[in-house]
Amino acid sequence: MTAANDSALGLDAVKSPGGRILKFVLYALLLLVFAGPLLALLVSAFNDVSDPTALSVVPSSPTLDNFGIAFDLGVGMYLLNSFLVVGFGLLLQVVISVLAGYALARKKFRFMTFVLVAILATLMLPEEILAIPLSLILSDLPVVHLNLIGSLAGMIVPLGAWAFSILVMTEFMKDVPRELEEAARIDGAGDLRIFAQIILPMCKPALGVIGVFGFTMIWDQYLLPLLVSTDASTYTLPLALRTLRIDTNVTPGVIMAASLLALLPSVAAFLFFQRSFVRGLASGALKG
Amino acid sequence: MTVDHAKPAAVGADRPAVKRTPAPKARRRSDRDGKWWTPWLFLAPALILFVYFKFIPMITAVTMSFQDVQPYLGNQWVGGQNYSTVLGDEAFHSAIWHTVVIAVGQTAGSMIIGLALALLMEGQSKRLKFLRSAAFLPVVVPIAVVAELWRIMYHPTEDGMLNSILGLVGLGPSGFINDPDSSMISVIITGIWRGAPYDMMIFLAGLAGIDRGLYEAATVDGASRWRKILHVTLPGLRSVFSILFVLAAIRGLRVFTEVFLLTNGGPNGSTEVAMTLIYKLGLEQNRLGVGAAGAVLLFLATLVLTLFVQVLRRRRDA
Repeated sequence: MTAANDSALGLDAVKSPGGRILKFVLYALLLLVFAGPLLALLVSAFNDVSDPTALSVVPSSPTLDNFGIAFDLGVGMYLLNSFLVVGFGLLLQVVISVLAGYALARKKFRFMTFVLVAILATLMLPEEILAIPLSLILSDLPVVHLNLIGSLAGMIVPLGAWAFSILVMTEFMKDVPRELEEAARIDGAGDLRIFAQIILPMCKPALGVIGVFGFTMIWDQYLLPLLVSTDASTYTLPLALRTLRIDTNVTPGVIMAASLLALLPSVAAFLFFQRSFVRGLASGALKG
Repeated sequence: MTVDHAKPAAVGADRPAVKRTPAPKARRRSDRDGKWWTPWLFLAPALILFVYFKFIPMITAVTMSFQDVQPYLGNQWVGGQNYSTVLGDEAFHSAIWHTVVIAVGQTAGSMIIGLALALLMEGQSKRLKFLRSAAFLPVVVPIAVVAELWRIMYHPTEDGMLNSILGLVGLGPSGFINDPDSSMISVIITGIWRGAPYDMMIFLAGLAGIDRGLYEAATVDGASRWRKILHVTLPGLRSVFSILFVLAAIRGLRVFTEVFLLTNGGPNGSTEVAMTLIYKLGLEQNRLGVGAAGAVLLFLATLVLTLFVQVLRRRRDA
């Protein structure tokens, strides 16, 4: 009887035949709406159809040709660019977030609140709104006068500063017991040792959260690569999809093949790290 | 910067190679507090990147918005002229209107459908977990892929994917994103498809926080499903609602990539939103000052919205 009260609708407890059918139809419909288009993408990527309009959900003549054509059009290079950006971008972001998180969570210093608020405030600052000045700054970095436009570095370096990752790390690091740290201090460990050997290992779940979020966030980047790229040699895969589409000889099958390659990494990351992902969503949003 | 934590005597105290051995008490104190600059050392990489890629761009945006930006010729201070251009411009008016329509449509649609999904998929069974993951997939698909996928699905002829489905029930064919009358709703639907599962996850997290005993009590009192939702679930989700509202509204106001890829503002400017217009002004027409003024206004709008909801929350919680 308590199981029936487990949820608002108590759908789990519906046992009558009519109710079961209704439930089945409802769930099937939901699946169709939200997963259906992705199924069409998957099937069309492997379908041998030259029709420039249609996607199909029913496999007709399976082939790998679409991928062959896609790679002939340079998808391999775009994929490599995407991997370089996500690899170095994520590395940079994680390093920066754990270092900053350590200072914000375990130290007390002047202006700490100010720094924290400034970092938090950037969460309210949509990157889209900064697009134009950002592109100007990337073409001539103040003080060091570097031009990052047209280079992968221009897409990677700005990704290091993501307040979400820093906040997740800070929150996690606050929960590491003080006693552990004090014990290490008495044993003569310095800040760097305490950070690397005590705090960081205790924060593995948080590393999972910022890792998987950072990965999907970076893989999903569109505007930044769009601002930075000057020619196809620095296109990331998501950026290249549009170029593929504009080519009139390219069929939907080829675009879907390239799209499949573009979505697989983030879908895989989500499926492997679902637990971290959901926890990150909940903590990121509900604490906000 | 102050040196209040750094006792001169303690400098270098934690290095074993220092000649003199500090008194035990002083040593412990300096170790606990560290040197005043230790936290700044850990923060430095983050601060440098934030200054470069968040704060300087923001200051630049504000400065540019008061200037006539001319590369190589020097910028001219023009006061509020860019703002009056933006506010008086017909194209901006409709772009802002479109942005608001998309923000409202996507926010409302995603929240309603997201809540419905969450209520339907709340539960512990394996099958539900699978369903939740499948429904969540649109959120992790890169936005560029979403746009290309929906572009093909929206193909305006009868054999386009969605049109053939519409044909089955005797409707259509619709022009979808190619028809000024339906382009807006098509963009909104794509946004809801990607936004609703996200909202669902947050709602699910909120639902998990509702006291199960309340449902039981309601059942004992003979409350119907509908009443349970109305009197237990919805009040329990209040804070989730306001958070999602802010997140979704900001997401809506800054909408760029999906519009850029789906319609690029067309047909006939029917889906031109603030961000696509700003992008065109700034990066295609080189009217950087006007673009910056538009961006600043957009930022103020998101800021006001965020603060407004925060104030509402505070007042209610108090």
